[in-house]
Amino acid sequence: MRKLLIAKLVVGLSLAASTGAYAAGDVLPPKDVKWNFEGIFGTYDRAAAQRGLQVYKEVCASCHALSRVAYRNLMDLGYTEDQVKAFAKEYEVQNAEPNDDGEMFMRAALPSDRFVSPFPNKQAARAANGGAYPPDLSLITKARANGPSYLYSLLVGYTDVPAGVEEQEGLSYNPYFPGGWIAMAMPLFEDGVEYTDGTKATVDQMAKDVTYFLSWAASPDLEQRKKTGLSVMMFLVVFTGLLIAVKKKVWSDVH
Amino acid sequence: MEKQTYSNPVIRWVDDRLPIFSFMDHEYNKFPMPRNLNYFWNFGALASITLIVMIVTGIVLAMHYTPHTSMAFDSVERIMRDVNYGWLIRYIHSNGASMFFIVVYIHIFRGLYYGSYKAPRELLWMLGVVILLLMMATAFMGYVLPWGQMSFWGAKVITSLFSAVPIFGESIVEWLWGGFSVDNATLNRFFSLHYLMPFVIVGVVVLHVAALHVSGSNNPDGIDVKGPQDTVPFNPYFTAKDSIGLGVFLIVWAGFVFYAPDFLGHPDNYIPADPLVTPPHIVPEWYFLPFYAILRSITFDFLFIDAKLLGVILMFASIAILFVLPWLDTSKVRSCRFRPVYKWFFWLFVLDCFILGVVGAKSPDDPVFGVEWFKYVHLGQIGTAYYFFHFLILLPILGKMERPLPLPTSISESVTGGRSDSAAGAATAKGEPA
Repeated sequence: MRKLLIAKLVVGLSLAASTGAYAAGDVLPPKDVKWNFEGIFGTYDRAAAQRGLQVYKEVCASCHALSRVAYRNLMDLGYTEDQVKAFAKEYEVQNAEPNDDGEMFMRAALPSDRFVSPFPNKQAARAANGGAYPPDLSLITKARANGPSYLYSLLVGYTDVPAGVEEQEGLSYNPYFPGGWIAMAMPLFEDGVEYTDGTKATVDQMAKDVTYFLSWAASPDLEQRKKTGLSVMMFLVVFTGLLIAVKKKVWSDVH
Repeated sequence: MEKQTYSNPVIRWVDDRLPIFSFMDHEYNKFPMPRNLNYFWNFGALASITLIVMIVTGIVLAMHYTPHTSMAFDSVERIMRDVNYGWLIRYIHSNGASMFFIVVYIHIFRGLYYGSYKAPRELLWMLGVVILLLMMATAFMGYVLPWGQMSFWGAKVITSLFSAVPIFGESIVEWLWGGFSVDNATLNRFFSLHYLMPFVIVGVVVLHVAALHVSGSNNPDGIDVKGPQDTVPFNPYFTAKDSIGLGVFLIVWAGFVFYAPDFLGHPDNYIPADPLVTPPHIVPEWYFLPFYAILRSITFDFLFIDAKLLGVILMFASIAILFVLPWLDTSKVRSCRFRPVYKWFFWLFVLDCFILGVVGAKSPDDPVFGVEWFKYVHLGQIGTAYYFFHFLILLPILGKMERPLPLPTSISESVTGGRSDSAAGAATAKGEPA
């Protein structure tokens, strides 16, 4: 416990020191994190993304929608059809069509449904969150510069208010957020979720896992894209080589 | 045009009534090309191929896209997630816009360096400027269609420029919008026009190529073709040479599509448009940045023209000036190879365009390299002044003062160093003189 306190203190101090150069209003560049979906052969870490789904479901989903992802998409992360059906069944959606009596009715969600949003509309989301709109997370890593690292840095970046900066009512201080003051209170705490695979749920671990999950949610095409890209590139390089040879042959009688 | 006699009776029957086979043979098979063209002459062909790819991918995207403010963003995301290979088609199209501009800008600078705009190719050049303007309009409207934050605010900023027009400004803007703000009517007409314009571009490209086939291609020496010894037939010589350029170009394009598909875009455009939330920095796509810099660098009134209007005028003038370039450049020598002074000013002009591009991406009030009193807006003003100085003052004067280097007497002499080249003569014998 004491060790942890000291560690926290050290981290806090070093953060305070590193943020010292940044006056209020400035924003820290995201931490430099290596993600295994980067690079030419990048793929999503399934285990991390599955843990990230758990973090999203148990922590983020109370305020943030994920409305562009369908439950069936979770099969990309290695879940079976039955697991996805069971996952979807926990949620209720209004059927798109009325019943035979012309009344709209609620039913259990199906794999073909999209993630159920916590609020019926933007206004309701604002009203429940002190006027601030918790953004839909479906595209969050694409909608921010250096998205994955930004998201991770934001989640682990909450610090005490630096000296000389005035406290703001209802907002939390986070040097990675433009302006420094964010309406979202620190969302992740040690052991905030109990991972089903037994991984220790540190803040750092949860932030990384949920970043994996949300990066997948934003770019589900990434793995197929990079795989296709490799074949396309190999073809084009060989093809261009042949074209160079053809051109040399064709021009040999002119030069 | 010489008519062919074809042994295949069907081809002969068609060709006698509509000589498309003779035409293709004449314009794309035997067409005489200067034999000294370098790889910068690939870019016209690359541009036409890009145009075709953009039209094909665009037509497929339009099958799945919904031009309505409440559904446009969602329909694009549907394309990305649910349409088979939708992500591929969309990334080819969105990166294709950037590739198109890279290719066309290189094509234009090629023309500037080798004097391809000079007699007898003035009209060819002017048609090219028309294509550039049409491309810009098309790209601008296409960027609005995904209805993200940058789409919306970009549309708002650019259409609002017309409010600077005296007296009629407000009416013009409302007419463009189809209402009192950028809204569904705006999105609908932009979609309609974005679908129409590429075909208009195809039309002007046909004229551009037709004009090219009257005068023939310019060449790195900028001297006229004197006879068959100076040329080789288009096919197979330049079909082979253009193919290499195409292969390399496709590698670059595919590199963006598969490995950095959003690198050239703005993250804010993955946020659905919200008329109530203004992004901190509204920036256009990279290919508009130099013009955006010119627009924003005018912060002062001039005589009776207010700053905003003057900025708009200069922005449009920066392209319109290209129409009269053939008459601003008074030098009789085409190629920079033989213009020792202009050569330096050419590169200075390229640098100026780059600087303007950087300025366009920065916030005007930011200091340059941390120098407090020197802001990006000042750098933009210098860049803008130099841009117009280059065309309006430098080019007319330089043509009269510069002493060009001696020109080679012919292309074949400059290629072979004077010795006669029987093989090349044989290669062109099938064709006909220019």
